[in-house]
Amino acid sequence: MPAVSKGDGMRGLAVFISDIRNCKSKEAEVKRINKELANIRSKFKGDKALDGYSKKKYVCKLLFIFLLGHDIDFGHMEAVNLLSSNKYTEKQIGYLFISVLVNSTSELIRLINNGVKNDLTSRNPTFMCLALHCIANVGSREMGEAFAADIPRILVAGDSMDSVKQSAALCLLRLYKASPDLVPMGEWTARVVHLLNDQHMGVVTAAVSLITCLCKKNPDDFKTCVSLAVSRLSRIVSSASTDLQDYTYYFVPAPWLSVKLLRLLQCYAPPEDAAVKGRLVECLETVLNKAQEPPKSKKVQHSNAKNAVLFETISLIIHYDSEPNLLVRACNQLGQFLQHRETNLRYLALESMCTLASSEFSHEAVKTHIDTVINALKTERDVSVRQRAADLLYAMCDRSNAKQIVSEMLRYLETADYAIREEIVLKVAILAEKYAVDYSWYVDTILNLIRIAGDYVSEEVWYRVLQIVTNRDDVQGYAAKTVFEALQAPACHENMVKVGGYILGEFGNLIAGDPRSSPPVQFSLLHSKFHLCSVATRALLLSTYIKFINLFPETKATIQAVLRAGSQLRNADVELQQRAVEYLTLSSIASTDVLATVLEEMPPFPERESSILAKLKRKKGPGAAGTLDDGRREPGPGGDVNGGMEPAPSSGSTPSPSADLLGLRAAPAPTATPAPTGAGSLLVDVFSDSPTGGPPSLGPTPEEAFLSELEPPAPESPMALSADQAPAADTAAEDPGVPIPEADELLNKFVCKNNGVLFENALLQIGVKSEFRQNLGRMYLFYGNKTSVQFQNFCPTVSHPGDLQTQLVVQTKRVPGQVDGGAQVQQVLNIECLRDFLTPPLLTVRFRYGGAAQALTLKLPVTINKFFQPTEMAAQDFFQRWKQLSLPQQEAQKIFQANHPMDSEVTKAKLLGFGSALLDNVDPNPENYVGAGIVQTKALQVGCLLRLEPNAQAQMYRLTLRTSKESVSRHLCELLAEQF
Amino acid sequence: VFRAYLKIVYKRYASLYFCCAIEDQDNELITLEIIQRYVELLDKYFGSVCELDIIFNFEKAYFILDEFLLGGEVQETSKKNVLKKLKSLEET
Repeated sequence: MPAVSKGDGMRGLAVFISDIRNCKSKEAEVKRINKELANIRSKFKGDKALDGYSKKKYVCKLLFIFLLGHDIDFGHMEAVNLLSSNKYTEKQIGYLFISVLVNSTSELIRLINNGVKNDLTSRNPTFMCLALHCIANVGSREMGEAFAADIPRILVAGDSMDSVKQSAALCLLRLYKASPDLVPMGEWTARVVHLLNDQHMGVVTAAVSLITCLCKKNPDDFKTCVSLAVSRLSRIVSSASTDLQDYTYYFVPAPWLSVKLLRLLQCYAPPEDAAVKGRLVECLETVLNKAQEPPKSKKVQHSNAKNAVLFETISLIIHYDSEPNLLVRACNQLGQFLQHRETNLRYLALESMCTLASSEFSHEAVKTHIDTVINALKTERDVSVRQRAADLLYAMCDRSNAKQIVSEMLRYLETADYAIREEIVLKVAILAEKYAVDYSWYVDTILNLIRIAGDYVSEEVWYRVLQIVTNRDDVQGYAAKTVFEALQAPACHENMVKVGGYILGEFGNLIAGDPRSSPPVQFSLLHSKFHLCSVATRALLLSTYIKFINLFPETKATIQAVLRAGSQLRNADVELQQRAVEYLTLSSIASTDVLATVLEEMPPFPERESSILAKLKRKKGPGAAGTLDDGRREPGPGGDVNGGMEPAPSSGSTPSPSADLLGLRAAPAPTATPAPTGAGSLLVDVFSDSPTGGPPSLGPTPEEAFLSELEPPAPESPMALSADQAPAADTAAEDPGVPIPEADELLNKFVCKNNGVLFENALLQIGVKSEFRQNLGRMYLFYGNKTSVQFQNFCPTVSHPGDLQTQLVVQTKRVPGQVDGGAQVQQVLNIECLRDFLTPPLLTVRFRYGGAAQALTLKLPVTINKFFQPTEMAAQDFFQRWKQLSLPQQEAQKIFQANHPMDSEVTKAKLLGFGSALLDNVDPNPENYVGAGIVQTKALQVGCLLRLEPNAQAQMYRLTLRTSKESVSRHLCELLAEQF
Repeated sequence: VFRAYLKIVYKRYASLYFCCAIEDQDNELITLEIIQRYVELLDKYFGSVCELDIIFNFEKAYFILDEFLLGGEVQETSKKNVLKKLKSLEET
């Protein structure tokens, strides 16, 4: 074939392109382009009508400029004009410009559609194809609306040319993928299936793609395609390499069509008709046989095409998962590829084998290749291949080879690429747990993990080992001994200290008999690590120390001295300080019995899905994890247990505001709670990500005592909950009444604070004291009778207007029906936030005073920000998240006049009271305030970022909120804007 | 290279890289051969194709691609048929 004839080239274009290529610098190029743009613009605007050739040339130049990365904002009209040209080359350039450049600009699309329509109905196959290509390349909804109905007609019309049919089929496919609702199903569908029988291989190739896509949505409508596809495939597979002429590719008959047919068959179950099935199995066997034949060509194209068909055949065999013989043959074939010199083949073989491993028929056959796979893990040069090898080892692991695989993976971990370390850690942790016969092996494995790759051991992994050790008493002594030994290492990872601290605190007594690990030795070993650790670990160690006081009374004096040290009691970190103070007091005033009850051994954890498994699934995405865990997942509650965002930081950042709650400490927690369960503070540390999964916790710190009563699953909670349901039911029937006019204003006072007087008039004063943590809260309402006369039929009720019923649960306790003159009654409300809400609940107070019925409705100061937990983050993280939340609906912004003096300290206090963390050194302007937090609800967590920019001169503020939820952004913005 | 749910299949010819982004379930090897066949088409059309042919006749490269692939699917795998069609088009 001759080279392109120079005659039809566009000289001006060639000159322009070589000019550009000759430019020495970027600036010169831009200059040349701007010159050309100006030239084209003047030509298009000029009075002289341009001939088709010039128009084509200029449009083509514009296209080239666009492809170089410059914006093109004119010339569309000229391109549309080219569509109506009768010259093929001009029309073609017009279409190309539109396909590449046009997005659905409203007025143009109508003109374009007009041109397309003309060509589509022109009965000129060349023009029809161009129009179809354009529709397929643009694929917009507008085009779909205009043409989706016409194309099926063209596709099945008896007189359409083959090439038109091909384009029509793929064009329809594109429209169907973009907007399936626009493509009408109808009698044409049956005729499309018969295109599989078409004489022309190109038509079949195009039609198979369309049918494969359509049958996924409507499998029944296209069922007949299975037998047609099988017979087509059979004809191709059994043909001699010359039969198909130009459809044979490097001696492989129609590889693309074969692959597509095999994919189509993967949409269906194995054929029921025995004859069809027999024929298909024969095909699959033929492909497998051919793989064993010597290659007909040394060219890589030959082997690639052949193997492409082979891999697709194996996929189909795996999909059917019903022919043991074929599965084993497929496995052996892949086994050969595992040692092939082509990296691509080794990679694909590892990948396919991963799915074969989950089939019961081929699992054993896959296992025979274990040594090759282990070798691949060690020697492959490409990290993605090593990763597939690790995946396959994970998939082929069972009880018989778990020890070998786990130890190989551990060995690999020492040299593994950083990118895949965390995943390997998770896999090892899961396998070790799943196939542990004796749990000492499991404990060894996990401790090894921490030793080798401590940085990559996520919280889930070490939480899990604690859960398992706590639940299995046969391994506790061993675990204590092993961590003790591991901690001897001069430098051990912080995660090891955490695990060690927890296990020794719980089970250190089991090894205390040995003088080499006597209590003082244990303590000094742990304490030698204390100063090198982060706050969270130190907090955990403090809990270990108080447990030691219980386990080993002889360490009491030493530990009390440590707690009493200024570095603890006056620690700058509020959590450490609080723990030190409380533990010290607890250890001094509580009797041995009380201490023993409070610090009793942890109860077993309820069985649930391993959080590690959930994490691996999250990491790999649903598809990958599905194949890895197929059918072997342990039963357990849904994966949402550990869903959500990162676990909330431990109780750390909520300073306890109310003085009388702190008073609880005088009478230590056990008296307040009938179900002593153990050292709850630690429990909260370890399981802070799953408030409902853990056992009821009881903490020596007041907050935790406070919250432990709120834990929903605690059955013996001191409040008789059943009695509380009654008033809630009443309220539904009663009309809550309209809130008093100043209710909103009163509510606003409480957005940034939790305690104070909510309402006061001549008769009644209502005080509020409340505390919130995560998605739970408790509120005390104090009703004071300011008169000297008794209130009768006193009945405060809480109601949930509108949707609030499903968003917030408020349980109230009954109060006495009479309130004496000058007396005060207290009502406790337990609040649980189920999901984000906009309107606060209403409090209606009814009573009779001197014979007259009084009613009063207020808004209860429960707003969404009460469930806001502060989050500290570095500037970089903040900006990264800020950018992630850049959709317009995620942002809410308000610019408003300051209503209060602009005092920076007051503003800060308000922002903190609002619930957000204040982040310093984030905003380049130090005048601005930047905050972050998470709204905690039962159903979801919403991360929030906020920025407040004061303008002292104008006495204005600009407030910007970004959250992942539109309504939350808006609502928080409104609430907060009222405060300044 | 793996990015989200797409795989990239690429092939290098001298200094030119040809890349395809395909979905998770797609067949990698056959995609490699799609690239090969496209290059063969360019080669036949231009007569031993080089980078300059593609730059100076970028619109032709598009037209050839349109005949071979459409909407992301293979339309016509026969080299002869594609070239025959291109030739007939140019004559109109």
